[in-house]
Amino acid sequence: MDQIQKTLLEQVADLHEVPAGAYNIRANGESVGRNTTAHIDIVTKTDKPGIDIFIKPGTKKESVHIPVVLSQSGLTELVYNDFHIGADCDITIVAGCGIHNGGDKDSKHDGIHSFFVGANSRVRYVEKHYGSGEGTGQRIMNPETRVELAEGSYMEMETVQIKGVDSTKRVTNAIIGDGAKLVITERLMTHGEQYAESEFNVDLNGEGSSTNVISRAVAKDNSRQLFLAKINGNNKCAGHSECDAIIMDNAKISAIPEITANCLDAELIHEAAIGKIAGDQLIKLMTLGLTEAEAEEQIVNGFLK
Amino acid sequence: MLELQNLSFQVAGADGTKEIIKNINLTLKDHTLTAITGPNGGGKSTLAKLIMGIEKPTSGRILFNGMDITDMSITERANAGISFAFQQPVRFKGIKVKDLITLAAGNKISIAGACEYLSKVGLCARDYINRDIDASLSGGELKRIEIATIIARNTPLSVFDEPEAGIDLWSFNNLIQVFENLHDTSDNSLLIISHQERILNIADEIVVIADGQVKAQGPKDSILPELLQGTESCKFYR
Ligand SMILES: Nc1ncnc2c1ncn2[C@@H]1O[C@H](COP(=O)(O)OP(=O)(O)O)[C@@H](O)[C@H]1O
Ligand SMILES: [Mg+2]
Repeated sequence: MDQIQKTLLEQVADLHEVPAGAYNIRANGESVGRNTTAHIDIVTKTDKPGIDIFIKPGTKKESVHIPVVLSQSGLTELVYNDFHIGADCDITIVAGCGIHNGGDKDSKHDGIHSFFVGANSRVRYVEKHYGSGEGTGQRIMNPETRVELAEGSYMEMETVQIKGVDSTKRVTNAIIGDGAKLVITERLMTHGEQYAESEFNVDLNGEGSSTNVISRAVAKDNSRQLFLAKINGNNKCAGHSECDAIIMDNAKISAIPEITANCLDAELIHEAAIGKIAGDQLIKLMTLGLTEAEAEEQIVNGFLK
Repeated sequence: MLELQNLSFQVAGADGTKEIIKNINLTLKDHTLTAITGPNGGGKSTLAKLIMGIEKPTSGRILFNGMDITDMSITERANAGISFAFQQPVRFKGIKVKDLITLAAGNKISIAGACEYLSKVGLCARDYINRDIDASLSGGELKRIEIATIIARNTPLSVFDEPEAGIDLWSFNNLIQVFENLHDTSDNSLLIISHQERILNIADEIVVIADGQVKAQGPKDSILPELLQGTESCKFYR
């Protein structure tokens, strides 16, 4: 890997060297490194681009890293990564995509990640997106995440896109089984002329299933964002979605929460708040000696932390 | 130390302009603890905001150690050595107690140092240092953290707007001690807006403000007895 690719890897996976545990590193459309363990197998798909990750039942305290980096301008790819997670596991999965576009052609990575989470398993899934490069070509990422949680399982999904992605359309579809819970925390910042769209569809099918979808977003300059959160309560369940957003400059954000109760015992809540940075917050930090710009930066960084 | 000259502040309302501060002249001496008191709506908080630069006067000048700060921004005044504890402290999302105290102290502070400031205001530092300054804190907790940040700044002039509000009795005793300590152990000046007799009692000077004007001003011993006869009969409040 070259230096640009290494930098991207650091940004999206906090990786400075090869990770411990299982991993598959994809660079410019090819697998450039893979490791499997006694409990975790990674197999290249034969019918389409991508990999299958098999995690044996009972696998505890192990991790899988599957970062993707693109540094060749004009490269476009669609990749399928399927996680088959057995029962009673406790694992961390780190995915992420970094695009460096130094040219004038658009670079695009569309990743479709599916998670089949076995009964009573716990999964922490972390996904970071990052773009860099001075080229006029766009950096585009359209991730799609599909989640199926079997009974009693728990998945925590953290997604971060703070810098450099010109266009993104993210879709997350989840089906939650009996007693299972999905917690999603999204942090998103757009600037310049960027556009980001994030859509969540969560079906609370299981008895006692629950979800919490939390989005923190900041839009600067002329950027635009659209946030859609749909939760369907199809059983005795609890669902909550929350979009909290700061707009600056000429940015625009729309938040469209939708909750549907198809069962008398479904308890669903949505909250959405969009506004500029509160004036008294800026003033407070300025009375501590910060300039207005420094105060803004503190507030935004804290908000997205 | 601080000199307010012919200071006025008007706002445009539905029925014409409203004068909130009316031609106030006031001088704070070096190393004094001055208490400002007076009825609600009298203009005390507005005066504090004018001193910090949060509001700009319609006319008049503000001098700080001889320097005209009337046209300075909030940031410039903060860096010149003025601090302000809000009557209603601000809540944030994602900013921790530790962050705010560190910013206040000017980034040259250890965790242990930050904890010390919290202890001074009667908060068990271990429980609070990593808390977010958000809706999860009670009004009293927030108020004490606000005071801790001002202590951390350690500036020549600190303005406290009703620091006692929302603070329980035990902490209140400590608070009095905190102010006495600040007063005794440094050359800094304190300006405390308060309705509390016990705070007025530790002041060197008391200023009574009502209806946007200074109604009385002088050493504690000459002002306090009159105030304590009750607001009914108090000539300053009429
Ligand atoms: N920006 C403003 N616009 C309109 N009215 C104001 C403004 N600021 C203060 N006031 C009014 O000025 C008066 C004095 O307020 P304040 O300074 O908060 O009094 P105090 O702190 O003495 O209780 C009040 O009647 C308040 O409503
Ligand atoms: Mg007030």
